[in-house]
Amino acid sequence: MKEFLMLIRGGQEKYNSVSPEDMQKHMEHWQQWMGGLAKEEKLVGGQPLMNEGNTMTEGGKKVTDRPFAEGKELVGGYLLIKANSLDEATEIAKGCPSFEYDCSVEVREIAPMA
Amino acid sequence: MVAVLIKIFGTENIEIAEDVVQDALVSALETWKFRGVPDNPKAWLYRTARNKAIDIIRRKKHSKTIDFSDPERKLLTSEYTLASTMDNFWKEQHIKDDFLGMMYACCHPDISSENQVTFILKSLCGFSTKEVARSFLTSEDTISKRLYRTKEYFRKHKIRPRIPFPEEINAKTKVVLSTIYLMFNEGYNSTHSDQLIRKDLLSQALWLCKSLLDNERTQLPEVYALMALMLFHTARVDSRISDDGELILLSDQDRSLWNQKIISQGNNYLNQSAFGESLSTYHLEAAIAYQHCTASSYGTTNWKEILSYYDLLLTIDNDPIVLLNRCLVILELNGPEEVLKTIEEIKGHKIMSKYYLYHAILGEIHERLMEPNKAIKYYQQAIELTQSQPEKQLLQKKIGRILN
Repeated sequence: MKEFLMLIRGGQEKYNSVSPEDMQKHMEHWQQWMGGLAKEEKLVGGQPLMNEGNTMTEGGKKVTDRPFAEGKELVGGYLLIKANSLDEATEIAKGCPSFEYDCSVEVREIAPMA
Repeated sequence: MVAVLIKIFGTENIEIAEDVVQDALVSALETWKFRGVPDNPKAWLYRTARNKAIDIIRRKKHSKTIDFSDPERKLLTSEYTLASTMDNFWKEQHIKDDFLGMMYACCHPDISSENQVTFILKSLCGFSTKEVARSFLTSEDTISKRLYRTKEYFRKHKIRPRIPFPEEINAKTKVVLSTIYLMFNEGYNSTHSDQLIRKDLLSQALWLCKSLLDNERTQLPEVYALMALMLFHTARVDSRISDDGELILLSDQDRSLWNQKIISQGNNYLNQSAFGESLSTYHLEAAIAYQHCTASSYGTTNWKEILSYYDLLLTIDNDPIVLLNRCLVILELNGPEEVLKTIEEIKGHKIMSKYYLYHAILGEIHERLMEPNKAIKYYQQAIELTQSQPEKQLLQKKIGRILN
């Protein structure tokens, strides 16, 4: 099995305007989806990210007090999963609840460096 | 509450679970002191414990203390799923299932029965170490050691508390029931205490048994039968001890003190226990207790019926104690000469020579045979063999009666 990173982008604006009830429902979808992955032992880990951050450029000398990307490009969370192929990982990613919030999901295989 | 937290952190982390409960209770006391008790204190406590559990999970996410390899616990490591997974653990039905699951875990056959009872009283019944120590008339040190040993066992074997699967539930429930009955008997006939009856243990045993009956998966015939049996005994509690703390025999008990409401409750459970194919010892003991409870006087007791139950009991389990009790029934039914023959048959049993009741019964037989010297000799042996103060007093009284 190979490992894949799922980068979840965007959705922040919609998240902020949603009612607590809808948010709770949404979190339950995460629970079900990730629960399914965990049961199949395909879940390695993953976390949502805060919108704030610092970005270092110019060899670490310049610090910008926000993430580089904005809006639809802003990374809002990541997941590490196990799958046999990129195709399988893509199929898994299609079930990601983040699509409910118009996010985009990018799937990338972890590169073995040996 | 502890049971849920043990489910969350694993049996190898019982201390963490206990700490969370402790913390939640302390927070409750501090907060309620100023703001008053909330409308739903239980929900408040659960909520507080839940939040504290979340804090601990976040803090220990990368330590090896908690085993996150379990799929359900894995979800606790991601913020995407931490809160809703945690809420899942605290759903009413899960709380009840975890409680029973913990009860089954405590009653693992590899854990000695006194360690089982100790652990159940401490972790599920909320007794303090001091209270448990008092129940067994032993030191807090001894109790701590017993608790430690049980926890070590859990840690080593990573026991997962759960309600057993249908195919194993009968066998596992047997152990749980015998532990509950042991707790009840310790309360009913305290071997270690100056107090003959300990109502706190009785009510805990009843409560544990009731919680098994509240869950569909554990509503087995034997559970109903044990509940009935314990209720029949409980109904007679107030008539067993005189105002001076002396033991009163069944024949001398004031039957108007027997709690009819509890007897009829017991009867309900006994009726409900009549399904399935298993006729357990609890069924028969309950049937015997029912006969006693419904007899209007000692003389009108249906000894014949009772004897038939004892005979059935012996077909299940050739227990010398049952044999001995059966002798008492024969004594009432056929008189002392007859019973002397029966008791002759069990003389060889090893435990008899050390069992006070055996000697007490022989004393009784010889007293009725008008052989005072023999009777006194047996009563004296019985006195030496029992630890219970009230039992000693009762036997002493019998000797006094002969001498006068």
